[in-house]
Amino acid sequence: MNRSIKAAFDWRGLVLPLAAFALWWLISALHLVKSGLLVSPVDVAHTAWQQAKSGALLRALSASLAREASGFLLGSAAGLLLGAALGFSRIARRVIGPTFDTFKQISLFAWIPLISVWFGLGDVAKVVFLSLAALLPVAAHTCDGIHAVPPRYVEVARAFRYSRLQMARYVILPAALPSIFTGIYLALIYSWLATLGAEYLLVAGSGIGNTLIDGSEQFRMDLVLFGIIVVGLTGWVLSALARGVERRVLARRPRASRERAVA
Amino acid sequence: MVNDVRGLWPTPGLRATSDNYASETAGHARRRLRTLAWYLAPWLLPAVLYTLWSVGCSRGWIAPQILPPPQQVYETLRDLATSGDLVRNTAISLQRVLVGFGVGTLAGLAIGAALGLSRTVEAYLLPSFNALVQIPVLGWLPFLLLLVGVGEPLKYILIAHAALVPVTLSTMQGVRNAPAALDEVARGFGYSPWQRILRVVLPAAVPTLATGVRLAFTKAWLALVVVELVASSEGLGYLIVYGRQLFQLDLVMASVVIVGAIGFAINWLLDALEARLRRGQPSAFRE
Repeated sequence: MNRSIKAAFDWRGLVLPLAAFALWWLISALHLVKSGLLVSPVDVAHTAWQQAKSGALLRALSASLAREASGFLLGSAAGLLLGAALGFSRIARRVIGPTFDTFKQISLFAWIPLISVWFGLGDVAKVVFLSLAALLPVAAHTCDGIHAVPPRYVEVARAFRYSRLQMARYVILPAALPSIFTGIYLALIYSWLATLGAEYLLVAGSGIGNTLIDGSEQFRMDLVLFGIIVVGLTGWVLSALARGVERRVLARRPRASRERAVA
Repeated sequence: MVNDVRGLWPTPGLRATSDNYASETAGHARRRLRTLAWYLAPWLLPAVLYTLWSVGCSRGWIAPQILPPPQQVYETLRDLATSGDLVRNTAISLQRVLVGFGVGTLAGLAIGAALGLSRTVEAYLLPSFNALVQIPVLGWLPFLLLLVGVGEPLKYILIAHAALVPVTLSTMQGVRNAPAALDEVARGFGYSPWQRILRVVLPAAVPTLATGVRLAFTKAWLALVVVELVASSEGLGYLIVYGRQLFQLDLVMASVVIVGAIGFAINWLLDALEARLRRGQPSAFRE
């Protein structure tokens, strides 16, 4: 694709959202549909302003994000370790691999009732669940990444008599990094999804998921729509962040490895 | 993915038999033992876990309220099977997931193909699609709950939505992956647009499509469990919640086992289908 075309803003993408928004506004302004569920955009904006002003938004969002962060960090760290073990050790792969694969098949949310019995409904249970959500993709992609290292690279490194550590540092890690990042990126998204799920199913405390439930229980569509917008925006920011970090780290990679190869 | 890796592992069975002519030495016996260990290794972890679980329960290390003994879970499974509850709830869950997955996949194929084939459609639709995709299934749940209530449509819509996203994205990707050179040849031979879609674009898109459909099924199954956990009065997810409410952990675990087993079985089936589809591919498209 031509860069100049890509850089220019494409107004056509705005047609559909603007049309939908105009339609929504029109229907609610003209009272075409008699239903308490059809709230006007003004109502949603008003709710948003109220939530922001009263601090409810900040409280809910920070509670959710704190959970997301701790679950994501714990889960990814454990996932990296597990994935590295599975990727490097043939024995670990043979012993743990099949059990891990089977475990992966069980729908994540099915664990929530058991987790709630074992860890209660509080933050501990939620973080355990989130870590689980983050662990699976990181472990799977780390293992895959280590496996996908081209055998030629390993052969060359062997010929140069690289030590195990050098092999891991200079050959396997750079080659596996894109796949590992995919895993981490997925983990970030999954754990955000799981944050919502945990708040939905382990109803205790505050969080953006609780805001959604409150809206749903009180038949307040304005609150629900506001919650959905916040959830969508947060997800978008998280994935944009992850993609930014990924691009930065990976952009340096090919040049660095070329230099090393020459040196 | 891990399945692919298996081919890379040395196959000790072959190594052990390849020196058949060697006499039955101690080394040979040791190698045989190692082969045996290699084949038994995957069962080691499950066996250890199961033993811990069962011994822990029978010795009273673990309270049955926290983790019911395996015996009890097994009996609950049998009761569920004989009373017909299992068949009924599984049938409902399967029906939901199949309808939702089917509708979502078809819609995803249509939208994805439109996005992939036409730059104009892409320019109008893709930004909105990308924005809506940011909102997870669980975000839509309260919205739809208010809009359509707790009926079957809620489940179908959410499951279809979960399946639609990956199918749309992979269809779009797959359609774009059609090799430009082949398309030019097809044009040169005066293929009609339909012929080009059927003969050039579709074969090239099949592998990506298959991956998308597989992912869609996983997502649909996940969405089903979530929806049934939150808002349902029947189905496998409901069995889990019901067991949790009554503190019947044996029922919870039995249901989790069934959910896992069905997910596993269908994934395996799709795996086999995908492998078949790929084998049928002319190698020119593989690259």
